[in-house]
Amino acid sequence: MRSKTAILIVVLAAVHLALLFAGFVAPRDPAAQDRALPYAPPTRLHFRDASGWHLHPFIYRWTVGPDGYLDDTSQTFRVHVLTRGPAYKLLGMIETDWHLFGVDEPGRIALFGTDGFGRDEFSRLLYGGQISVAAGLVATLIALLAGALFGVIAGYYGRLTDESFMGATELFLCLPWLYFLLGVRAFLPLHVSPARTFLLLTCVIGLIGWARPARLVRGIVLSARSRNYVLAARGFGGSDLYLMRRHIFPEVLGVLLTQAALLVPRYIAAEVTLSFFGLGVNEPLASWGNMLSTLQQYSVLVSYAWLLAPAAALVITSVIYSLLADTLHSRLKFHST
Amino acid sequence: MPAITRLTLPVCLLTAVCLAAGPAPEKPNPGEELERAEYVSGHYGGNLTVGGRAEPKTFNPVTATDAVSREVTGRLMADLIEINRASQQTEPALARTWKTSFDGRTFTLQLRKGLRFSDGHPFDADDVVFSFAVYMDENVDSPQRDLLIIDGKPLTVTKVDPYTVRFTLPRPYAAAERLFDGLAMLPKHLLEKPYREGKFVQAWSLNAGVSEIAGLGPFRLKQYVPGQRVVLERNPYYWKVDSKNERLPYLDELTFLFVGSEDAQVMRFEAGETSMVSRLSSENYNLLARERDRTRAQLADLGPSLEYNFLVFNQNDLGAKKLDAIAQKQKWFRELKFRQAISMAIDRDSIVRLVYGTRGAALWGNVGPGNKLWINTALPHPQRALDTARELLKSGGFSWNKAGQLLDSSGALVEFSIVTSSSNTQRMKMATLLQDDLSHLGVQVHVVPLEFRALIDRVFQSFDYEAAIMGLGGGDADPNPEMNVWTTTGTSHLWHLHEAEPATAWEREIDQLMQQQMITLDYAKRKQLYDRVQQLIAEQLPFIFLATPDVLAAAAPRVGNFRPALLDPCTLWNAEELYIRTPVESAGAR
Repeated sequence: MRSKTAILIVVLAAVHLALLFAGFVAPRDPAAQDRALPYAPPTRLHFRDASGWHLHPFIYRWTVGPDGYLDDTSQTFRVHVLTRGPAYKLLGMIETDWHLFGVDEPGRIALFGTDGFGRDEFSRLLYGGQISVAAGLVATLIALLAGALFGVIAGYYGRLTDESFMGATELFLCLPWLYFLLGVRAFLPLHVSPARTFLLLTCVIGLIGWARPARLVRGIVLSARSRNYVLAARGFGGSDLYLMRRHIFPEVLGVLLTQAALLVPRYIAAEVTLSFFGLGVNEPLASWGNMLSTLQQYSVLVSYAWLLAPAAALVITSVIYSLLADTLHSRLKFHST
Repeated sequence: MPAITRLTLPVCLLTAVCLAAGPAPEKPNPGEELERAEYVSGHYGGNLTVGGRAEPKTFNPVTATDAVSREVTGRLMADLIEINRASQQTEPALARTWKTSFDGRTFTLQLRKGLRFSDGHPFDADDVVFSFAVYMDENVDSPQRDLLIIDGKPLTVTKVDPYTVRFTLPRPYAAAERLFDGLAMLPKHLLEKPYREGKFVQAWSLNAGVSEIAGLGPFRLKQYVPGQRVVLERNPYYWKVDSKNERLPYLDELTFLFVGSEDAQVMRFEAGETSMVSRLSSENYNLLARERDRTRAQLADLGPSLEYNFLVFNQNDLGAKKLDAIAQKQKWFRELKFRQAISMAIDRDSIVRLVYGTRGAALWGNVGPGNKLWINTALPHPQRALDTARELLKSGGFSWNKAGQLLDSSGALVEFSIVTSSSNTQRMKMATLLQDDLSHLGVQVHVVPLEFRALIDRVFQSFDYEAAIMGLGGGDADPNPEMNVWTTTGTSHLWHLHEAEPATAWEREIDQLMQQQMITLDYAKRKQLYDRVQQLIAEQLPFIFLATPDVLAAAAPRVGNFRPALLDPCTLWNAEELYIRTPVESAGAR
């Protein structure tokens, strides 16, 4: 059990680190268009040519044939590890041009192919993941903070406070968030900067999502507040704040962690849905949702399978989070019994 | 087995076939002046199913404004003179001949004798006079009415005898015979009553009974199933015969299936549920081309269409509207050098390659290479030149900061948003390409996809936008329909709508030239005038022209006489000539 959790956390950390250092891992600028290479298929890494096997992988350039792209085997391009490439800002602060891998010009490495503008799908997947996953994480944080706060207050004080807060959660649970966001978008000016769009997305997703964790937390607090050790602490003169912080909140923490693991993939999917429908961040910025939106075209969907990469990334991330939620839940149940 | 049992099945089958086949065509009578299509041959029978993007809104040709309704009603109705979509020239239809007076103001049309509407009622000059009275009635508010009001005066229609009608125009009108295309002749015996009662607009709605609707087109209405399909059947009295003197149309039935988006149409076509699909995007066309070995589909790339896609800057008078931010940016939009620089920075070849998959053409003017009769070939086609664009901006008072961002003379950052229809993936792609192209000039462009109606509202009503990518044209090759766009009072004068009078000298000159070409009857002189209009537009760039797609269409191998054309309706314009090939014929045609 413990090793499974550890593996999941390591994998999850690796995914998030790759996204955090997207500029370093991505070989290309995600917005750079290579108009000679629209819808180019994923580059194949080769280890063997006419002269035999090579330890270092290499690639060929594409040439455009009558039936699509072909490898131009007249010239090979070695894949360099830790190489210089297009300039970017590491973590949004440090200007650098070092990349994890790359090939010499005029070679072009596109591990997941290119999109309709010849932009590197792999680089866009990483940069797009930054937005999609960050939106999921921030929205979860907002939802859990608000949920924990209102849930603890409602459960602890009960009566009118409880009824009013729980009434509010019912209202929020009923809200159709997609239409709500459409309505909010209509009140905004035509062009909204990516930062504001991101803020809007996360706030709306998070603020609508606080209701469910709040109800869960409230239930736990309701049972915890009448436990003997809490009553004893109250008898010794513990203040409300002290009781909440010292005795009740630790009871809630486990549930919040499990909820976090459940909510993150759900909110990533929410961001992807909104961007898919054009309500999220706009071009040329990438997000998994707006990358997938090109697949709304039938011809693209059936012709260029590599453009499904963001969907695969979303599924993988969601599965990892769900497995983590499952293990966390089992561990917490084990502890509580 | 008793004889009666043995006979029952074949009789039932035969009856079912006869019922499904619809009315048999009438044998041509000696008294009928029919149009003979010498080059057309085929054979009777079969049902052709085509996919439509939406349901028609009405079966009334006078009030129909949407393309789908017009496509359906166009098969039910006929005009006096029609434009042959293949040759783009006018040809006789219900009018056998016509004569133009020396001054170009009077048209005398000789109607074909012995014609009957699809319900069997005879057609004559009274129907023509009635039809034009309806079209010109203000209360009916037909979209065609504007075409018939010249200089604020309506044309007059006089019945000379039962088969002769005279049209008098308030002043000479170039290519006036083209006006008659799209003006369907109505059955007076069916529509006079609702017209007199003031209920014409409600007549021939989708709820109308099949027997209430009759026309002179190749088909008549058989069935309308809401949300699913419209089925048309052969008009047994149609006025065209083929090379063997057999009355057209060949098809028993023509079915319009409502399938939704273009993608859905392509899927239905691939599945064999529909037999024809038009106005394809290059991606879908290429998809069908890849599967051609399997499907044996007939594919047609007809070359550049007459449509033009362009970037337009908002130069409208914002007066009372509280749009200060846009008003500030209009200083740039009204600066010719700014527009020229933007035009110079656009990589049109990339648009053609990436948006249309090379099935399109770059544009530098409003008349594209598809319109061979009217294009001004002397206009320059400057290639993308960023250095020239920068020079133009510099001479217009613009400068760049250290980060390479463009600043105007007051030091403000030059950035603007481009709105475009979110449902039009091709224009969305153009916007993304433009965004990247203009970033090389230090101009920050934001692409704002809008739902189509919201876009139209902003561009035509509220003027709450900075720049837009739109598309116009495609109706007719003649310059007259373009009056609406280029004259200052035109309703599609998008860059500056509702101008009281021309804001600039070149707009004034365009107004004069367009008016002049409209009354000039000689083609060469008209061409000269329209060439100058094109030149002014290309120099002043009220629109920054981008590209035009090819007209792409496909049909199943079993469709005979599939001859798509550049002009709408590109695949169904010769619906009466289409026929269903036998499997042997289909195999032979490959």
